[in-house]
Amino acid sequence: MEPKRITTPLTDEVVESLRAGDQVLLSGVIYGARDAAHKRIVEALQKGEPLPVDLRGQVIYYVGPTPAKPGQVIGSAGPTTSSRMDPYTPLLLQHGLKGTIGKGYRSKEVIEALKKYKAVYFAATGGAGALIARRIKKSEVIAYEDLGPEALFRFEVEDFPLIVINDTLGNDLYLQGVMQYRRNP
Amino acid sequence: MREVAYTDIVETVSRLAIEANTFLGEDVLRALEAAAASEESPLGKQVLAEILENDRLAASERLPICQDTGAAVVFVEMGEEVSIKGGSLFDAIHAGVRKGYVEGYLRKSMVADPLRRQNTKDNTPAVIHVELVPGDRLKLTLLPKGGGAENMSRMTMLTPAHGAEGVKQFVLETVEKAGPNACPPVIVGVGIGGTFDTVGMLAKKALLRPVGSTHPDPFYAEMEKELLERINNLGIGPMGYGGRVTALAVHIEAAPCHIVSLPVAVNLQCHAARVKWAEL
Ligand code: SF4
Repeated sequence: MEPKRITTPLTDEVVESLRAGDQVLLSGVIYGARDAAHKRIVEALQKGEPLPVDLRGQVIYYVGPTPAKPGQVIGSAGPTTSSRMDPYTPLLLQHGLKGTIGKGYRSKEVIEALKKYKAVYFAATGGAGALIARRIKKSEVIAYEDLGPEALFRFEVEDFPLIVINDTLGNDLYLQGVMQYRRNP
Repeated sequence: MREVAYTDIVETVSRLAIEANTFLGEDVLRALEAAAASEESPLGKQVLAEILENDRLAASERLPICQDTGAAVVFVEMGEEVSIKGGSLFDAIHAGVRKGYVEGYLRKSMVADPLRRQNTKDNTPAVIHVELVPGDRLKLTLLPKGGGAENMSRMTMLTPAHGAEGVKQFVLETVEKAGPNACPPVIVGVGIGGTFDTVGMLAKKALLRPVGSTHPDPFYAEMEKELLERINNLGIGPMGYGGRVTALAVHIEAAPCHIVSLPVAVNLQCHAARVKWAEL
């Protein structure tokens, strides 16, 4: 199957055309944030304070890279476990976030919010940090610098290979795939 | 007594930390290649090809295989006739981990306290297990253990009536619950027996065995084979996208235990199953 090429910011039309199991090559600007940055974003939203970025149409990548060696854009940079961000994700989706990238299961609440606010959850290949780093062409910290490696990052990516796990219709590749290949264990 | 220099231990541990995180073992690479050839799911096949490409790229460009370069778990087999000159064994190992993780541009993933969570910024302390053995050699094995697979590991205290089938059910349940989170295809380390405190250690030690090796005891060799087949029937597949290869291997370590106990631990290891050892 040919991968679909998509570019950020994502429109509703693009997001709604994606289906669980689709292969995607994503290009454009995405944001890198983990636990601590999510906590800050959610606190700001709850207090009605302005965010360092407008979330509408954007994609967040859950990543904690290794330190870059001199001359490198970024160190190894594969996805981290998404479920740690589950408590924060629905509110971000409510504020216009269109995609998240990580690895592993999402909660029921997140899957429901993806349907409600029309957004998708992508997985990148866990443990392929060296390979993925090559698709990241630029990396900079744009906020929460005091959090060090947990700060808010801005990345420019080219043809970042992803798989759609949860789509806007409530489909889930983790369930569909297992059903297809399961034999009596 | 044979003397081993403190500085040799520091240098060796530092080198092992960098090498383990850069060069995946031949045994794991071969198992991944076999998996890529046998996987029925087209998407699963593609994921395995991507993993292999990543592992080759890491080796050729000297990059960490995965960004989670782990907690540094160090197993020491110390000959009874070895004495360490110039410092203590534990200090040397911590210093080696510090050096390797800082100089090797590896990620620092240790916090000093589990609840107050201040990063130690040099990946120390190492988690150290020492075993005294006869002889005058010092063997150091370093296993960088990532959080994804470690977090999906489990242990339980069964009773003798649960028997072998109870153990197998617990193993299957653990792999099934872990699903995509442990970055499959996984290596499944199973500890059976011992006591509450030692069974987890057995499971971790099981991960040191080369992938593709069989258990020396035919009873457990058979159980490993059966478990591998049943795990692969779960259908989880590479990265959990569905497929026929969920585990590359099942390794069991068993130990004597109390008449009323049957402790079981399952330590999951992801496809980035990094282990390196050296003997001094
Ligand atoms: S589980 Fe293993 S391969 Fe996956 S992100 Fe963690 S260390 Fe890397």
